[in-house]
Amino acid sequence: MASIVSVSHLSKHFRDLKAVDDLSFTVNEGDIYGFLGQNGAGKSTTIRILLTLIEPTAGDIEIMGMNLKNHRKEILQNVGAIIEKPDFYKYLTAQENLSLFAKISGVKVPSHKIKEQLELVGLIDRAGSKVKTFSQGMKQRLGIAVALIHDPKLIILDEPMNGLDPQGIADIRNLILQLSKSMGKTVIVSSHLLNEIELIANRVLIIDKGKKVEEGAAAELFDPANTLVELLVADVETTWNSLQQTSWKDNLYAKEGTTILLRMHRNDIPMLFKTLSSTDIPIYSLSPRHSLEDYFLNITTQNRHVETFAN
Amino acid sequence: MWKLLQIELFKIYKRPRTYIAFGAVMAIVAVVQVALRYDGKSYIDFMMSGLSDTFEFQNDKVLNGYLVCFIILNTLLIHVPLLVTLIAADEVAGEANMGTLRLLMTKPVSRTQLILVKFAASVIYVILLLMWMAVLALLISILIFGTNDMVVLRNDSFHQMQANDVVWRYVMAFGYATVAMSTVAALSLLLSVFADNAVGPIVATISIVIVLTILSEMNIPLYDKTVKPYLFTSHMVAWKGFFYVKSTEEGETIKGSIENLPAIGRSFLILVIYICLFVGSAVVCFKKKDILS
Amino acid sequence: MKKSILIVAFLLPAIFIKAQDVNELLKQVRAKIEKVNDYVASGKMKTNVIFMKVPVASIKVFFKKPNRLKIKNESGISLIPKGSISISLNNVLAEDGYSALDAGTAKIGNTDTRVIKLLPNDDNNEVVLSTLYVDPVKLLVLKSKTTTKDNGTYELEMKYGIYADYALPDKVIFSFNTKEYKLPKGVTFDYDDGTEKKQPGGKPQKGKVELTYSSYIINKGVDESVFSK
Repeated sequence: MASIVSVSHLSKHFRDLKAVDDLSFTVNEGDIYGFLGQNGAGKSTTIRILLTLIEPTAGDIEIMGMNLKNHRKEILQNVGAIIEKPDFYKYLTAQENLSLFAKISGVKVPSHKIKEQLELVGLIDRAGSKVKTFSQGMKQRLGIAVALIHDPKLIILDEPMNGLDPQGIADIRNLILQLSKSMGKTVIVSSHLLNEIELIANRVLIIDKGKKVEEGAAAELFDPANTLVELLVADVETTWNSLQQTSWKDNLYAKEGTTILLRMHRNDIPMLFKTLSSTDIPIYSLSPRHSLEDYFLNITTQNRHVETFAN
Repeated sequence: MWKLLQIELFKIYKRPRTYIAFGAVMAIVAVVQVALRYDGKSYIDFMMSGLSDTFEFQNDKVLNGYLVCFIILNTLLIHVPLLVTLIAADEVAGEANMGTLRLLMTKPVSRTQLILVKFAASVIYVILLLMWMAVLALLISILIFGTNDMVVLRNDSFHQMQANDVVWRYVMAFGYATVAMSTVAALSLLLSVFADNAVGPIVATISIVIVLTILSEMNIPLYDKTVKPYLFTSHMVAWKGFFYVKSTEEGETIKGSIENLPAIGRSFLILVIYICLFVGSAVVCFKKKDILS
Repeated sequence: MKKSILIVAFLLPAIFIKAQDVNELLKQVRAKIEKVNDYVASGKMKTNVIFMKVPVASIKVFFKKPNRLKIKNESGISLIPKGSISISLNNVLAEDGYSALDAGTAKIGNTDTRVIKLLPNDDNNEVVLSTLYVDPVKLLVLKSKTTTKDNGTYELEMKYGIYADYALPDKVIFSFNTKEYKLPKGVTFDYDDGTEKKQPGGKPQKGKVELTYSSYIINKGVDESVFSK
């Protein structure tokens, strides 16, 4: 598949801080490209560089086969974006905001399309209301309308689920899938929530402290054959030794604190349950996670418990 | 570019803040007009006190629409920069604060164009504001006070021009004031580029204008030749030059004359240079700016 | 000593005779002037004061005996010098409370004139001294100088034409002292355009007002209300 975004050796330094450090990655046409990293990992900086909001210190970016620096205008005509929470001219109505940004997009947008777009994001009833009366969710939807109004090939969404309720998150998720599957758009979506990316992305990039940690197809990174099972136990040493006596000894992976990690295929987990219940080994909990999650949790140690509970 | 300008003007037109300035101008003009309507004689007495020992004159003729407009412009044009700043300083910083700047700059709009268009929109705003002022300060004053010869008092001379020799001077003066106020708008815009919230650039612009105006108005020999000629505030008042007339050897006003047109031209040029400098720097700085808001 | 007394004794009657002469001349001049009870004159007024730039004004001058005078600018604004009342000679000549002194002769232009000094008898009079230059043939005052207590010295120069019979000039040049003019910059907020200032500082300046009359309406009555304002 042809690449639509190609980033090589991208760096951005803010004085001493290396926000992005020698980052290279490729997004292919039609991808839903998940961009994962904890807050402050450099996701937003990278996305802002892709959108020419920030000048990179070094590196090359090609989008749609054109150099970003030299063909900014042509490229941006084909890009729609939401950066963090979308904000609008508060003193203008939804419709005024949308048609204003449509005009700036450099593509002719017929006026009936403005209404259609508002209908699509469910804001047609509030088209004439000033944006200052909108909730965060409504602004998010208007942001999507603005990002899509000029029918761009590439859509870049920076933390689109931030601040949304579960229903809002589900709506955005479905919309992204719809954009990719039925409209053939390429979507780059960043998030610090692994499970959200896991549900939609076909390719994933994980970054930490501005550096690439992992990049690859989601199918591989979320490979069920690489599932890690985390056991919370009373006595790590005794349990570890007991498991050494069983057929699971080759699956033992690591022990730390009060947990033991085993690596196995997801399908084997019920068997493990059986083994554990047939022995007297006291187990408090058993939770599966794949290797990507392991990476991610290692990076995002601060969020460990949150992530674990979220799963 | 034209489309972008239309959009900028649309935003200004829709923003409630825009109309504060129009209201303020109306209020100040009305206050001065009412005061002069009811207590104009004593004001004229005070104004003409340097001459009343030697001459007799008719107070009510001296106090006419043309003079009232001149008095209003004298007091008002010192304050209009503040009103212009409210809009111009908001141009970039306000959008950064609102969060629309990042969205705007992901659109295929060049940063140079955006700054130029924002400046152009500020200039159009200045023009409209001054036209509004002209209507209120000149037309309404003429309606209330009538017209007659206009007298202008300088600190060392007395200039009188015939009633039919005045209107064109106001056209020129308002034209010049547009350039003067645009200089303030350009400065505000430049400062606006550096901030993520309009308060900073508004306060900074106003402070700069106030400090420099004080310097321009102070009579300190040390600054007279060294600093003052280079301050843009010294040249912002050059619109008054259109009301300083030439005279014959015998002291007769030469109709249609301007005492020192080259000086006004020079002041004009200095303001234009300042505008280019401010807008140019705004473009350069905005192009380099990382939009983090 | 005796000699000098003698000279004085000879001279005194001569001065007396001359003074008589002067009084007679004044009487005739006055008689001529008094033929005019009132007039309305139209003309142009040109102001020439060093610090002033003023357009030529179309004015009307109203006069009524004994000494009321009003200069009015029908359309524009005119600054009328104070003391311009003496543009009317009646002010100087009308009353009897003067002692006239012969001060010899002088030439005004090509005309030989008698110079007459008038001293008011009343010490409290505003006028301290008036000097008149009188054309003894035409019985016209061509020039006068009036020194006042408070307002300095005024000078009048008159040129006569078709209204000479009424002793009404076609042109009057009125010279007066002006005080130095200066307003604080904080009041005027001047734009300093770098124009060189003409005014030499310090010494008092002479101002001039030139009235050129184009027509007179004589003895047709003037409404009182003209003078009230």
